[in-house]
Amino acid sequence: MTTEEQLTTSIELGQLIGRVEKFKKEGYRLVQVNCTKIGEVYEINYSFDKDFVFRNLRITVTGETEVPSISGMYWGAFVYENEMHDLFGIQVKGMNIDFKGNFIRTSIRYPFGAAIPKGEQP
Amino acid sequence: MTKQIIIPFGPQHPVLPEPIHLDLVLEDEMVVEAIPSIGYIHRGFEKLVEKREFTEYVYVAERTCGICSFIHGLTYCQGIEEIMKVEVPERALYLRTIWSEYSRLHSHLLWLGLFADSFGFENLFMNAWRIRERILDVMEQTTGGRVIQGSCKIGGVRRDINGEKLAQMSKDLDSIQQELEELTNVFLRDASIKHRLKNVGVLSRDDAYSLGAAGPTARGSGVAIDLRKTGYAAYGKLNFQPAVESDGDCYARCMVRCRELFTSIDLIQQAIRKIPDGPTDVKVTGAPDGEYFTRSEQPRGELVHYLKGNGTKFLVRSRIRTPTLTNIPPLVKMLQGCELADVPVIVLSIDPCISCTER
Repeated sequence: MTTEEQLTTSIELGQLIGRVEKFKKEGYRLVQVNCTKIGEVYEINYSFDKDFVFRNLRITVTGETEVPSISGMYWGAFVYENEMHDLFGIQVKGMNIDFKGNFIRTSIRYPFGAAIPKGEQP
Repeated sequence: MTKQIIIPFGPQHPVLPEPIHLDLVLEDEMVVEAIPSIGYIHRGFEKLVEKREFTEYVYVAERTCGICSFIHGLTYCQGIEEIMKVEVPERALYLRTIWSEYSRLHSHLLWLGLFADSFGFENLFMNAWRIRERILDVMEQTTGGRVIQGSCKIGGVRRDINGEKLAQMSKDLDSIQQELEELTNVFLRDASIKHRLKNVGVLSRDDAYSLGAAGPTARGSGVAIDLRKTGYAAYGKLNFQPAVESDGDCYARCMVRCRELFTSIDLIQQAIRKIPDGPTDVKVTGAPDGEYFTRSEQPRGELVHYLKGNGTKFLVRSRIRTPTLTNIPPLVKMLQGCELADVPVIVLSIDPCISCTER
C-alpha cells in the first residue's frame, strides 16, 4: 500500500474563487473537478497537484445553488464544469465554454442528479 | 477581414477510431478556433456502482477502456485497498507492474500504427501492429485475455506467472527490443515523417501545465509529470526516468512514446529480476467505508479514480477522470493557428481514447 497524503479542506461556496486563485498563484495544476450526490446535497471536489502533493477543496451545495466557474483561472476546467452540469444538473455560472447541456448527451436528463418526472424529461 | 467558415470534423473521420466532434472555425486554410464536442458514446459506467457490489465493480472499471483496461482495474483495486487498509503481497505488486508495462507497450504500439496511418505510412502501421501482436500474445498467455485481462482483484491478482514463463518473457523482450529499435528509427529519423510532424501542433510548456495536459502530451512539452514516480505498485522499487522532450510538437509527442517503449521493456526486465516469491493475494473482508482519490499513469497519462464508500457493499460514488478528458483543453490550444490539413495528425497526437473519456 502506498498511501498518498491527501488533504481535503471543506470550504464555504463564497470562499471558492479566492482559494482556487491561491492554488493557481502557488503553481498548482488542476487535476479534476467532480461531484457526488449525498442525499439531497451535492459534494463538489476540486483537486490540485504540485510535485505530487495532492490537495482537495470541497464545497457542499444544494441542487438549486449556482456555482461560480473556475475556468477564468484554470481554462481547462470547462470540461469538468460542463460535465457536472450535464450529469448532475449543477448550474455553473461564467464558464468560458458553455455547451448548454450538450457536452455529454444522455437519454435521461441529469442521470446523477435529482430524479426528474418522466413527463418532464426532454 | 477574412471571411470565417466552420468545418465540422468528426464524429466519423478516417483517423478517428472513436467519435469526437470538432467545429473548426477557419480563415482560409488556418484554424482560428476549435470547439470540441463529445457525448456520442456515454455508457453510464459510473452509475453502475449503484447496482454492482464493490468486488464486482472491478470488472466494470476494467471495461472502461479497451486498450488500457488492466490499468483501470489496477487503479480501482488500489483505491479500494487504500480505503480498506489492505496490504497487498509484494509479488502481486510486481505482477501488476509487469502487466501495466505490457499494457503500455501494446497501447503505444497501437498508437504508433494509427499515427503512421494518419500520415499515410501504411507499411509502418502494419509493422507496429505486427510487433504489438507479440505483446498481446504474452498478455493472453499470462492472464487469459488479450485486451480485457481480469487478472487484478481487490487484495492482489488472480494469476501468477511461474519462473520459467518469466524467463521466457525476458528472452522474448530482448528480441522485441531489437524490432522496436528498427521501428522507432523510422519514426524518428525518416525525413518525410519529420517534415510532417516537426513544428506542427505546438503546445508550450506553460500551456501544457496550466491547461492540465497529462502523459506524453505533457511530457512532450517538457512537463515531467509521471505518476509512476509516486511509487505505486512496485514502481517505487524500480529505477527509471520519465521520457521528456521540450519542443511540444507532434514529433516530440511521438518521440516520448517511442522512448517510453524502451522504458517499459527496461521496467519489465527489472521487475522480472526482482520479483519476490510469495502469495499473490490476501483475503479481503468487510466493505469500504471512506474515500480516496487513487492515481496511476496510464499510457495516455494520469488516471484518477475517485471512490467513496459508506460501509455497504455498494459504493456511493466512482468517478473516473481519464487522461484524454484532461487533454482536450490542450488539444483545443494546439489546434489554434494550425493548417486544416494538419488537424488529423494533431488530434491523433494526443492519443485520444474517447470511450475511456465518456465512460
